[in-house]
Amino acid sequence: MSSRPELQAPPEIFYDDVEARKYTSSSRIIEIQANLSERALELLALPDDGVPRLLLDIGCGSGLSGETLSENGHQWVGLDISQSMLDIALEREVEGDLLLGDMGQGLGLRPGVIDGAISISAVQWLCNADKSCHVPKLRLKAFFGSLYRCLARGGRAVLQVYPENIQQRELILRSAMHVGFSGGVVVDYPHSSKKRKEYLVLTCGPPSVSTSVPTGKGEDGESSSDDESSGDEENQTVCISDRHRPKKKQKITKKGRGRDWVLKKKEQRRRRGDDVPPDTKYTARKRKARF
Amino acid sequence: MRLLTHNMLSSNIKGVSNGFPLRIEVGKVVEKQVDFNADFLRNMFPKIEWKAFVDAAKTVGYAELPEEVDSSALESEEFLNKFHHALLELHLEEGALVCPETGRRFPVSKGIPNMLLHEDEV
Ligand SMILES: C[S@@+](CC[C@H](N)C(=O)[O-])C[C@H]1O[C@@H](n2cnc3c(N)ncnc32)[C@H](O)[C@@H]1O
Repeated sequence: MSSRPELQAPPEIFYDDVEARKYTSSSRIIEIQANLSERALELLALPDDGVPRLLLDIGCGSGLSGETLSENGHQWVGLDISQSMLDIALEREVEGDLLLGDMGQGLGLRPGVIDGAISISAVQWLCNADKSCHVPKLRLKAFFGSLYRCLARGGRAVLQVYPENIQQRELILRSAMHVGFSGGVVVDYPHSSKKRKEYLVLTCGPPSVSTSVPTGKGEDGESSSDDESSGDEENQTVCISDRHRPKKKQKITKKGRGRDWVLKKKEQRRRRGDDVPPDTKYTARKRKARF
Repeated sequence: MRLLTHNMLSSNIKGVSNGFPLRIEVGKVVEKQVDFNADFLRNMFPKIEWKAFVDAAKTVGYAELPEEVDSSALESEEFLNKFHHALLELHLEEGALVCPETGRRFPVSKGIPNMLLHEDEV
């Protein structure tokens, strides 16, 4: 493609009847989107118990990504801003429910009800300001904030994105971390310009043993040595950078902020309605390198 | 749109504090058969707002659900069948969803609710 679709027109205009049909009749696109969706579902790492889950497909388009979810037995709800794309989804009789909506306005879903979310080739659209009232940063915030809230505790979101440049990638990632997600970017085929694909893998809710506390991490002065570790680049499959908050912030907090600062931050988050661990004598204490 | 989705949706118009449940205006309801899966139903049950679900089912013409339940109901095959039917097989095809606080109508056409907000609602 000569130019990025994101630069040509707003999504609801770009994906008109003609483009929607063209998109969905290309066997090449169908195959690529199916592969991306399979991989996203794998990265969602749902419990391997055969129980169908309720999943969200954000920017579901004509249902190519959702179809992968159905094939794996899951129920899903898809959201898209293009009526033309949704019309094709209807034509293809997808099994998920469809909503016409703009993720940049936030997802109108009850808290904690969604088991997991995927988004394939869609979220980078939020980096553009298509209307005078659009501020990408605010739209990303509305999107990620609402995504965080509607996911069940410990639920994951895997978003395959095509950022235009490093700034866009940072903007998207930072917006996700800002609302409380932890996680990072998984890059498949990092050394192939054609096959390279990147996925934001986000986890919400209380940290498990494997993911340390998003609030505690930078804030208790503990240095985070595990960020930006570049997985197994050698075998050309995946390289993972696991981070819990933007690098810049981590740098600042490495020196360690005082207990007062931590208490203040925790109070702020409590007022926002976040789940924050109670203050104890251990709050903001420097941790030993190992427990 | 199925009642499953209706039970998850809430109006997120700026300033609305409780946008759930959206009131259903029925134009047309259709039934589509879905494979029964008890595991899915058990997984979903705790997340369903039961009263809203029962009311929504009645609105679309299905009154077989018990007004009150607890998780022991999940042992009953008869209950699971009704739950399955109401949750997954009844579609609001034409009509509208109405914000309980503001009365704003979100039209539903060809089974797809239009949840796009106007600029001043964001
Ligand atoms: C490249 S298509 C991918 C569609 C589908 N996920 C797939 O894999 O085939 C990107 C989709 O994102 C949708 N999209 C872009 N911006 C959006 C927004 N703000 N809200 C909802 N959907 C959006 C577009 O309408 C389009 O259908």
